[in-house]
Amino acid sequence: MVIANDTEIKNIWLLLKTVTDPEIPVLTVTDLGIVRDVKINGASVEIIITPTYTGCPAMDMISMNIRMVLAENNYKNIRITSALSPAWTTDWMTEEGKRKLKEYGIAPPNPRQQVCNDKLFAADEAVQCPHCSSYHTHRISEFGSTACKALYQCDDCKEPFDYFKCH
Amino acid sequence: MTNYLIDYTLHLADNALILGQRNAEWCGHGPVLEQDIAITNISLDLVGQARNFYQYAAELIHQSVDKSTHPATEDSLAYLRTEREFKNCLLVEQPNTDWAQTILRQFFFSNYQFLLYQELQKNNDTQLAAIAEKSLKEVTYHLRWSSEWVIRLGDGTAESHQRMLQAIDELWRYTGEIFTAADYEEEAGVDPSLFQPQWLNKVKEVFDEATLPVPEKTFMQSGGKTGTHTEHLGFILTELQYIQRAYPDSQW
Repeated sequence: MVIANDTEIKNIWLLLKTVTDPEIPVLTVTDLGIVRDVKINGASVEIIITPTYTGCPAMDMISMNIRMVLAENNYKNIRITSALSPAWTTDWMTEEGKRKLKEYGIAPPNPRQQVCNDKLFAADEAVQCPHCSSYHTHRISEFGSTACKALYQCDDCKEPFDYFKCH
Repeated sequence: MTNYLIDYTLHLADNALILGQRNAEWCGHGPVLEQDIAITNISLDLVGQARNFYQYAAELIHQSVDKSTHPATEDSLAYLRTEREFKNCLLVEQPNTDWAQTILRQFFFSNYQFLLYQELQKNNDTQLAAIAEKSLKEVTYHLRWSSEWVIRLGDGTAESHQRMLQAIDELWRYTGEIFTAADYEEEAGVDPSLFQPQWLNKVKEVFDEATLPVPEKTFMQSGGKTGTHTEHLGFILTELQYIQRAYPDSQW
C-alpha cells in the first residue's frame, strides 16, 4: 500500500512538471517551487501550493490547470490547498527554471538576496543582462509587468529587460 | 468562536482592501509609466492581502454562526457590507488628491504595516501569523519605495516640497488612530501603541532626509476602526460594490 502510494505520488509530480505558469509559460509550477506537497488519502489527492506573491492573479489559473491535468489523468476528488507559511522564496526556484528564464529573456533571480530590506537608496543589485550577459546594467523600476519582476536596462547592448526579483 | 478575532481579521482586511482600491484609482493616470506600474503593483499586493484576510474571516464566521444563513465568502465580505460595518482606519480612505498625498499616505501606512506584520507573524493565531509572514516581504518593498519618494518630493523642487507640506497638513491628523487599540486589537493580543515610537523614528528619519518638518502633537481624528468613517468611504464603496449591488451574485 505504501509502495503503491509512492509510485502514485511520483506519477503526480511528473504530471505537475507539465503545468506551466500562464504569465511565464516557459516555467512549470515545479520549476517555480510553488508545489509544496502532494498527498494521497484513499481515493482523493491533495496538492499543496503556495503563492509567489499574495496578489498574484496567476494563482487561480494555476490551480485550475493543475486540476485539469490531474482530471485528464483520471484522478478524482482533487483538492488544491494553499499554504502561506513558510513564505515562498526565489530560493525554491530550480536551477533548470533559472536557465529557462534566462533563455526566455528574463534575468533569473540572484542566488542570494541583496536588497530585500527596508534600507533606503540601496545600490542596485548586480543583475546580468539575459541577452548579452553583461553585468553593466541598471534598474529602471523595482516594479515590473508582474508582481514578481523589476525593470532593468543593459548599459552595453542597451536592451531593456525584466528581472525576476529575489524575494 | 470568538467575535473579536473575526472583527480583528476584518479590520486587517478592510485596511488592505480600501488602500488597494484607492491606489488602483491611479491605474493609467500615474505621473510616469514606471510609477503607474509601481502604485498599481502595490495595489495588487494589498488586494491580495485583503483576500487572504477575508477568506480567513469567512471561515471564522462560518464556524461561529448558524450555517443555514447565506454563507459568508471573501466576496460577500468585500462587496456586501455597508460603511458602518467597515473597520478600516480613516487614513486609508483619504482621497488621492495628488501624487504627494498618495505617496505620503502609502509611506505612513507601509511604515505601520511593516511593524505590525513583524509582530503579527509571532501571533498565537497561526493563520494570521502566516498571512503576516507572507505579506511582510511585499510590504518591505512598499516601505522602501514610498520612503524614497517622500524624500524625492520633499527634497525636490519648491513645488513638490510645498505639496508634501500640504499632504502632511492633511494626513497627519489620521495617524493617531492607527496606534490607539480598538477592543478587538487588545483581545487579539496586538497593541499597536507599542510600536508607535518605532513608527515615529522612521518618520523622523525619512522627513529629516526629505527636509520636511515632523508636526507637533495635535488633535487626532478617530472612529474608522469602529465604523465611524469620513465621508469618503461611502464613495469608495459605491464604486467598489456597484456591480454586486446592481446584479446580485453575478459572476465574473
